[in-house]
Formats: sequence, structure tokens, C-alpha cells
Amino acid sequence: MTSAAIAFYIISAFILVTGILTVFTKKLFRAAIWLLLSLIGIAALYFAMEVDFAAAVQIIVYVGGIVVLIIFSIFLTNNEGVNMPSALSKRKIFSALASVCGAGYTVMLVNQHIWMTPSAKVYDPAVKKIGYLLVSNSPSSYVLPFEVVSILLLAAMVGCIVIAIKAKPEEK
Amino acid sequence: MNGVPLTHMIIVSTLLFFIGAYGFLTRRNLIAMLMSVELMLNSVNINFIAFNKYLFPDNLDGLVYTIFIIAIAAAEAAVAIAIIINLFRNTRSIDAEYADKLKN
Repeated sequence: MTSAAIAFYIISAFILVTGILTVFTKKLFRAAIWLLLSLIGIAALYFAMEVDFAAAVQIIVYVGGIVVLIIFSIFLTNNEGVNMPSALSKRKIFSALASVCGAGYTVMLVNQHIWMTPSAKVYDPAVKKIGYLLVSNSPSSYVLPFEVVSILLLAAMVGCIVIAIKAKPEEK
Repeated sequence: MNGVPLTHMIIVSTLLFFIGAYGFLTRRNLIAMLMSVELMLNSVNINFIAFNKYLFPDNLDGLVYTIFIIAIAAAEAAVAIAIIINLFRNTRSIDAEYADKLKN
């Protein structure tokens, strides 16, 4: 077992344990912190896979953006220190059954599958190549989805403001 | 990352996906449900990057898709939180069991 493999198994155990804690913790704020640690673990996994750009994007957008947004909304909506109500035990049993069966079946399929032999080239996710792939005028670039995503982000931003803005008293 | 087979990477992301699915099915708080959805989206991202690195190392399409998924997940989380805050303002609760105003 190489050191990279040991690092991979430690990081994946960290991700799974913090993910389980995110799902099972009774307190909402603690769940957000476990989610934060899980997302950092996924960024570490990207670093271990030498995909530095994805790791940086993961930290900037998820850890720096989405989790902070979630924590803000917890502060806006939640009573501190109150345990979340647990689900009905019937629903818990059936959800656990569905998750365990689905995970077991998928793992079995993955174990049986014979993967295609990869090409012998070296994986090189340099930022320059990603930039050319995103916004260049070659026919294989992703410039149209890139622009569509930017319009989507703008629309989502305007939509958020419209939904979450407080109505003025006279308009009520 | 030599020495780690692709199968183990896929198994990690599978387990993370079903942890998120369990949370989505059992949580009653809307923000906790949103967190579970984020876990599921992240497991898909791990899949994309692992397939890209192991099976198609000569092009970077999986990485580009991951970046698009992250962008769309950010937009989705922002819209979801705006809706949750508006719901809280109207009903003083973010429990999924009581979010049934559209029914009446």
C-alpha cells in the first residue's frame, strides 16, 4: 500500500464519518458544521487526486459560500439549542432499508463491472487547459453552457432577492 | 493516487450518496434536507472527477461538468434558502410537515 493509498482511505473515512454525523445529529447547527468538515474532506480528496482547480473551486464555493449561507439561514430561522424533531420511526425504518439496499446493490454492480482500459496518457488538469476548454472558440469548447450558467446565476440572484425581500407594510 | 482502484473511489461516492438520500428522506427540517442534497451533489462530483481521471485522462470534460454542477448547486442553494426564509416569515416554522399552505 502506497502512502497515496493510505491518504485516500483516511480521507474517505473522514468524509463518510462526517457525512453520517451530518445526517444523524440532532442539533441543526452541529449538522451544518459536520457538513462543512465533510465538504473540506471532499476538497482534500480532490487535492489527493491532483485536481487542484476543482479543490480550489470546492473550497471557495461550498465551504466559503454555501455553508456560510446555510449557517446564516439557520441563525435567521432556528431557535438555538433546540433539538430537531425526529422523523416517524416507520419512515426511518423504510428510509434506512431503501438506502442500505440501494447502496448494497450499487456497490455490488460496481464490483462486478469490468471497466474499459484507459488510454495511456497522463492526466494533466492544468488551469490553462481548463480555461481553453471553457471559453475558447474551438468547436469542442463549452462556451455556450458557460454563458447559459452565467445567465442562470444572474436569474437565481434576482429571483432570490424577489422572493426573500420584505414586503412593504402598505402593500400587505 | 496510484494504488487506489477506481472501484474504491466509486464505492466512497456511492456510500456518500446514500447517506445523503437517507438524510433527505428522514429529516423534517427544510435546511437539514438541503444539507443532505448538498452531500448527494458532492458525491456525484467525486464520480465525475474519478471517471475523468481514471478512464479518460486525455480530455477534461468531467472536470468541466463538475464546475458546472458546483455553479448550479450554488444557485440552487441560494434559491432554496430564499424560499425557506420566506416560508419561515409566513408560517414561523420550517418543518416540512407543516409546509402545506398550498393545499388549502
